[in-house]
Amino acid sequence: MSDDQPYKNRPLSPHLQIYKPQITSVLSIFHRLSGIFLSLGLLVMLVFILLLAVGQDYYALWQCFSNSLIGEIILMGWILALFFHMFNGVRHLFWDYGLGLSLSVSKWTGLAVCAATIIVSIFMGIISLGLIL
Amino acid sequence: MVQLTLPKNSKISKGNIFSLETDVSGKKTFKIYRYDPETKDNPRLDTYEIDLDNCGPMVLDALIYIKNKVDPSLTFRRSCREGVCGSCSMNIDGTNTLACTKNINDVSGDVKIYPLPHMEVIKDLVPDLSKAYKQYASIEPWIKSESITEDGLERRQSPEERKELDGAYECILCFCCSTSCPSYWWNGDEYLGPATLLQAYRWIADTRDESTEERLDALEDSFKLYRCHTIMNCTKTCPKGLNPAKAISKIKKAISERT
Repeated sequence: MSDDQPYKNRPLSPHLQIYKPQITSVLSIFHRLSGIFLSLGLLVMLVFILLLAVGQDYYALWQCFSNSLIGEIILMGWILALFFHMFNGVRHLFWDYGLGLSLSVSKWTGLAVCAATIIVSIFMGIISLGLIL
Repeated sequence: MVQLTLPKNSKISKGNIFSLETDVSGKKTFKIYRYDPETKDNPRLDTYEIDLDNCGPMVLDALIYIKNKVDPSLTFRRSCREGVCGSCSMNIDGTNTLACTKNINDVSGDVKIYPLPHMEVIKDLVPDLSKAYKQYASIEPWIKSESITEDGLERRQSPEERKELDGAYECILCFCCSTSCPSYWWNGDEYLGPATLLQAYRWIADTRDESTEERLDALEDSFKLYRCHTIMNCTKTCPKGLNPAKAISKIKKAISERT
């Protein structure tokens, strides 16, 4: 049994299936997912601007979507993704400067990103529902 | 290539159950990944009930107890039993750590034990680390200096220069960090992984080494170094409390600050 000899039938040990979700990896995957979601949202934004440009009747079509329950859930998700990606992006910028890389600080900033995302998103939601301003 | 599920030959089947005959107060259940290369069977998860009153406090004590008293076929690596050799690294209760320094009582419920994640399994809890060792060798982990010191004696360091190596030299190469890193799971063929990069940093930071530029050149590669996305699972799991993520960040910084 030389080490270089490939053993084709060796099983792969379980990974995602058994690794407990860590605050580190969960925030990281949400950063990616929110980025993908925002890219898709950009297409929706484009449709929105197009409908706005071509006239009132078409804009009513958009309103049909944005006032529906599904539309509101998607748009709320977009707000959440936007703020999460932005705040966590700032966290990444600090890391790139070599700051906040200790376990305790990165945990603290991660929780702060989550809290800020929720607070600002709720605030935005309230504004968009026209309850204030 | 990202593969979220396990290949067909790696799916885990239900295994054997070794129950205690009498009900005892110190009963604890261990679920342990088993794979026998001499059969064509898939890996399985065996269940062992043991009485903690007859067993030492650490997970390694339980493994040795099972091997001695219950099932001698159970296979795992171990040596120093005090966290300095790095042999008994494995996935316990969902995170990578050393079996010898993990207290059984820190695990609530059943103790689930798997080999280090996303590695080829030789037998039971023994993964094939030869790829990881080759990657470690690729960073040339030794002092590379051509010059002769003024007095012809050893290369001296000030206490401050020596301090730069704290947090890097303590690594015992257990590969808990590398195998906790999703990026290493998906890109492990090209990405060096946190353990090897922490060691790469150890030689970059060493003032006695004269090949820093050469070392940085070798790492300036979109895969070897930059597959690190600061997930930080490595730092979270390191059983020695080291910070590979920070070392990788320092390498990235050193490369970007070059002229």
